[in-house]
Amino acid sequence: MNYNISKEPIVIQEVIDKVVNRNAGAVTTFIGTVREMTKGKKTLFLIYEAYEPMAIKKLEQIGSEIKERWPDAETAITHRVGKLEITDIAVVIAVSTPHRNDAYEANRYAIERIKEIVPIWKKEHWEDGDTWVGNQLETVPYPSGKPEKGDIDD
Amino acid sequence: MINVLLFAQLKDELGKETLSIEGNGMSVAELKGKMRVDFQLEGLETVMTAVNEEFADDDTILSDGDTVAFIPPVSGG
Repeated sequence: MNYNISKEPIVIQEVIDKVVNRNAGAVTTFIGTVREMTKGKKTLFLIYEAYEPMAIKKLEQIGSEIKERWPDAETAITHRVGKLEITDIAVVIAVSTPHRNDAYEANRYAIERIKEIVPIWKKEHWEDGDTWVGNQLETVPYPSGKPEKGDIDD
Repeated sequence: MINVLLFAQLKDELGKETLSIEGNGMSVAELKGKMRVDFQLEGLETVMTAVNEEFADDDTILSDGDTVAFIPPVSGG
């Protein structure tokens, strides 16, 4: 199970251990954490929710996409859901490859794709209220009401 | 019957996360239209739709037993 949604705190080492192997010369680990200040607004805590069975499928799809681009890469992703406090870990992505450059690139690819196609939502609880975050990339993700063909069919 | 799943702001707006709707033979677009009329549900313009856990277009035709999820812009990571 390299792709997981977890209600419990994520153990980073467990995610890394899934991708370590004898052919790997590099393992990159991305750790996404809960930030307190966003553009001068203070977050108290946040809630993540997921459409879990589909989220796991889409994480697996990201793993397949990485395999196509970087055939030697091994990927593991765990995303947490529920209530997270400031500095808590929301997501851990570990990628191993024979050489470091691919591991960096593939890991970056994984987090960007999570923000496009994986059905997970974040509700920010600010000092002065709460909002579902539509898009933390601050771009418009689906101008046509859905991801572009290439985004989801790759 | 079609099983409809709502998430994030859509769930909050309607106050429930699942619905059962008579929609055999409807397209996704028609189902969205029905939800707008029956529940005054706003914000369906900007959602993606998944049918049986795969992203689907507005012209996808629905059958009894399908699970349709309306997926607001995602914000994982």
